[in-house]
Amino acid sequence: MVKIEAYLRPASLEKVQQALAEIGIAGLSVLEVRGFGRQRGHREVYRGAEYTLDFVPKIKVEVAVREVDRQQAVDAIVEASKTGQTGDGKVFVVPVQEAVRVRTGETGDSAL
Amino acid sequence: MRQHWRLLLRLLPAAVLLAAISPAHAQEITSMDGFRGMPLVYPKFVIDNLWILIAAALVFVMHLGFATLESGLTRQKNTVNILFKNVFIICAGILTYALTGFNTMYPGDFNGFLAILGPIGFSDEVANLTAAYADYTYWADFIFQAMFAATAATIVSGAVAERVKLTGFMVYAAILVAFCYPVAGSWKWGGGWLDAMGFYDFAGSSIVHAFGGFSALAAVLVLGPRIGKYTADGQVRPILGHSMPLATIGVFLLWLGWFGFNGGSVLSADPGAVALVFVTTSLAAAAGGLASIVTSMAYLKKPDITMALNGILAGLVGITAGADSVTWTGAILIGLIAGVIVVFSIVLIDRLRVDDPVGAISVHGVCGVWGTVAVGLFSTNPEHTVGVQIAGTLSYAVFAFVVSFVLATLVKHTLGLRVSAEEEDEGLDLGEHGQPAYADFQYIAN
Repeated sequence: MVKIEAYLRPASLEKVQQALAEIGIAGLSVLEVRGFGRQRGHREVYRGAEYTLDFVPKIKVEVAVREVDRQQAVDAIVEASKTGQTGDGKVFVVPVQEAVRVRTGETGDSAL
Repeated sequence: MRQHWRLLLRLLPAAVLLAAISPAHAQEITSMDGFRGMPLVYPKFVIDNLWILIAAALVFVMHLGFATLESGLTRQKNTVNILFKNVFIICAGILTYALTGFNTMYPGDFNGFLAILGPIGFSDEVANLTAAYADYTYWADFIFQAMFAATAATIVSGAVAERVKLTGFMVYAAILVAFCYPVAGSWKWGGGWLDAMGFYDFAGSSIVHAFGGFSALAAVLVLGPRIGKYTADGQVRPILGHSMPLATIGVFLLWLGWFGFNGGSVLSADPGAVALVFVTTSLAAAAGGLASIVTSMAYLKKPDITMALNGILAGLVGITAGADSVTWTGAILIGLIAGVIVVFSIVLIDRLRVDDPVGAISVHGVCGVWGTVAVGLFSTNPEHTVGVQIAGTLSYAVFAFVVSFVLATLVKHTLGLRVSAEEEDEGLDLGEHGQPAYADFQYIAN
């Protein structure tokens, strides 16, 4: 069992959700975050003065999947959110020790 | 037959007018009943009076416009503080205007410079509620002017936003609106020395707006810029307003209110004059907005909504001095020039390290001066001259700057004019009021 944490463009959320649904992964969490990577910030102008928007709005998608689905899920997220421009984001995969479904008490893969 | 009817209908009012008005004018107004019985004179009085009251209500709405505009152009952590100041100013403004402002501004016979007088008074019905007073009643006169009075202090409120100490500002604003504005107003509208010189300011480009704008300039100089507005090496770091929808609502409300501000300043429901003023007011507002849009896109390379909004206000402030005495084309030119001036003025004032979050100094101060001078350039009345207009508007600018500077300095050394750096960082909503503006919304402080 792994958790995929993907930092992506806000605009790609819908496509990512669809792509994951298509491979049978039901359930994900999304957080609004701000950050920067290679894209750095934007130069902007407000009332005639320039400023740098250091932290760019991004979304963080979190989804837990079975080990067997791992590669397929990562591929789906990457494919759905790729534009080819800097700022597309990053995907991290982290191990998960345990999962419990609150309603039934199921554990492990069957809790997903 | 039809033709005859039309002719008769057309002639009828004129005939009635001739028959009815002439004796009425010859007649003395001696009692309320006698006045009410005067055909056409009394209905005209009712309509004029009603229009002044409607105009007063429209000017009242401008205070909501200022409150939302100022809230929108500042950070959310200071929103309650901005709203609170606007609420206080309208309350204090109307009350002090009743206690001293109205009579100080319209003192009747006086030395032309200064006459601080007491509360409003009502002698008798015939003197105050008939055409013996004016085209409107004493009460309508008072409430219309009272709605104007608070405006001058409201203009300052936006410029000093996000770091001014609440108690210090309340004392500053109350004194400004109770004494300084009425004294300055008496010079022209009270029949004082500027009126005697032939100075013209129809609805207050100088008396209200330049006065407010230059008061704001002095207050900002005493107060200093917001923390983080300028880097150590002197670069400007913009601090973004938190709600463009609120700012836009504010400007539309102000435009609506301006129909009363300028339209009511005709001081009667004279069809031609009020309609012309509606037209000149709106054309100048539209031209100001458009000029700012074009200037912002060409000079700043960005279609900045805040500049477009300030441009509309610049056009409105600009036309206020001459709304009844320029042609519709003159109004467009006044608005266009105001809309260009305001963009450059905002950028320049920013770079001079004068931190005005909402652009009040440029919109009301600079464009107020422009609008007053423009009367000398565009007026259809040959008695309005550029020289006198410049002298008059500079008198208002200098007077407002000096009294505001003295007042703000006095407050600074007694009550304190500025919040602590910690409070400024945390936000005045929590610091001054212990009350966030958007309690149920998640937010990332900026």
